[in-house]
Amino acid sequence: MIRFDAVTKEFPDGTVAVDDLSLTAPTGKITVLVGPSGCGKTTSLRMVNRMIEPTRGSIALDGQDTGRMDQAELRRGIGYVIQHAGLFPHRTVLDNIGTVPRLLGWDKKKVRDRSRELLERVGLDARLGDRYPTQLSGGQQQRVGVARALAADPPVMLMDEPFSAVDPIVRDQLQDEFLRLQDELGKTIIFVTHDIDEAIKLGDQVAVLRVGGTLAQVAEPAYLLAHPADDFVADFVGRDRGYRSLQFQEAPRLPLRSEPTVTLGETPATDAAWLLVVDDRRHPLGWVEPGRIGGRGVQDADLHRGGTVARSGGSLRGALDAALSSPARRGVIVDDSGELVGTVLAHEVLDAIEDTDRPERDEGDPVHGGAVAVAGDEA
Amino acid sequence: MDWLAAHWRDVLDLAGNHLYLAGVPLVVGLVLAVPLGWAAKRWDRSYLAIITGAGLLYTIPSLALFVVMPLIIGTQILDPINVVVAMSVYTVALLARTVADGLKAVPDHVEQSATAMGYKGVRRLFGVELPLAVPVIAAGLRVAAVSNVSIVTVASVVGVPQLGNLFIDGFNRVIWAELVTGIVATVVLALALDALIVVGSRLLTPWRTAGGGAA
Repeated sequence: MIRFDAVTKEFPDGTVAVDDLSLTAPTGKITVLVGPSGCGKTTSLRMVNRMIEPTRGSIALDGQDTGRMDQAELRRGIGYVIQHAGLFPHRTVLDNIGTVPRLLGWDKKKVRDRSRELLERVGLDARLGDRYPTQLSGGQQQRVGVARALAADPPVMLMDEPFSAVDPIVRDQLQDEFLRLQDELGKTIIFVTHDIDEAIKLGDQVAVLRVGGTLAQVAEPAYLLAHPADDFVADFVGRDRGYRSLQFQEAPRLPLRSEPTVTLGETPATDAAWLLVVDDRRHPLGWVEPGRIGGRGVQDADLHRGGTVARSGGSLRGALDAALSSPARRGVIVDDSGELVGTVLAHEVLDAIEDTDRPERDEGDPVHGGAVAVAGDEA
Repeated sequence: MDWLAAHWRDVLDLAGNHLYLAGVPLVVGLVLAVPLGWAAKRWDRSYLAIITGAGLLYTIPSLALFVVMPLIIGTQILDPINVVVAMSVYTVALLARTVADGLKAVPDHVEQSATAMGYKGVRRLFGVELPLAVPVIAAGLRVAAVSNVSIVTVASVVGVPQLGNLFIDGFNRVIWAELVTGIVATVVLALALDALIVVGSRLLTPWRTAGGGAA
């Protein structure tokens, strides 16, 4: 657990970057600091490993005041990932990953083995181990950055916009893999971003900061979307927050209908307006209009691929989007392996939405109301 | 060619001396410039003092320095060590700034992650900062090497033998072959040192030439 207690940072020129920040990042969870530039999110992050010293207030790691710890020792126990990865250009990928273990004095073989293991863990080919960072793509460099931060298995990770510099598709992949990795590892993470979508996707808890370094609100993402504390948070969270909040609501009881299908090469034996095409493992490929094919086999070129596919047991957002994007107006639902389960209509998803509850509004403190509860939190 | 055939042993001896007088200061100067450059980078106020001081040192005429050196370090007037020390002073003067600038050129995100991983002091300097400053330092070292080889020739005037003797003697006695040999040998020596530094810098920075783009 990382605990900010009334932390203020005033720079020598008089700028107040962080103003009386009190916040708890619970053990094993991702706490995202989000806000516009100048809100002190990076300064707050850097005060945790004392790259910046607080002017007032204190930060405690599992109850221990970081101000009293040896700086270098503190830092070696905290993984740190930044934008552009910050890799050492003069060291190979494996040597980059092994940096902190080497500083901690592990023996060479153990460092090497650990570095190889992590390379694989972040989804990189072992052959990349002997390359230099400039020989990797941005996404690969960022993975190496994450591997390096994890090398000495620190309980705490600080991440400063680690995925901001890569293109949207790679960013999405990196985020998904990061969440999968966190599922396995359960680190206590503070993650800084300016992107509210990223904050909501990754955070177990999201802290919105405003310019001047004050905490506007800290809450679980669903709560934040449902109950912004004030206009600033509402504005920052964005206009389509109603739609986005659906991603936190599971869609368990959707009435699925079975869908007639056809495979590529087969001739549709129906005059229905739209027919779903699947492959031989029953994974959906797209929709066709049998009336336009005219009695021959379905070809790849006939496919309409505009529709998204939602996972059964996934979020209401996914299900609604599948229905809205489907040319047949029937949203395709698949199981975890990607196999077709059935289809659902938009109004059926909307009915399900009307039946679900929004997060209950906490009547207490509007700023900290929806924060993740911390067990054994001594005041 | 006849002259060279008769005197090539002398030329080699002089070239050896020349290499010693120009090369040793290069190493000594570099070793001294590293802590100076590091200090200049570390403390903003010392940067100006060190860079200005180094610049002033370099403006002292070499002949004056060769002559004054025995008075400062208490050696004999003809001792080659005077030249070695004086050349070391010039080398430090050139390289202190180069090292400081090389260290300053280490990318900010690299400095940041070094700090965040608990790198400090000597280990940080030799493990991260200096290796990345090699290209800049090597460029400065090349200038220093060529300049040293050239300035050392002046030492003939204070009686320390090296290749400069050939063109002074050749000029005085109007032996063109000797004069030209002296000049050519000096240039060849300068080019050889320069090439050595280029190769050394390549070997120290394999990451700069590593082929193949992003996979």
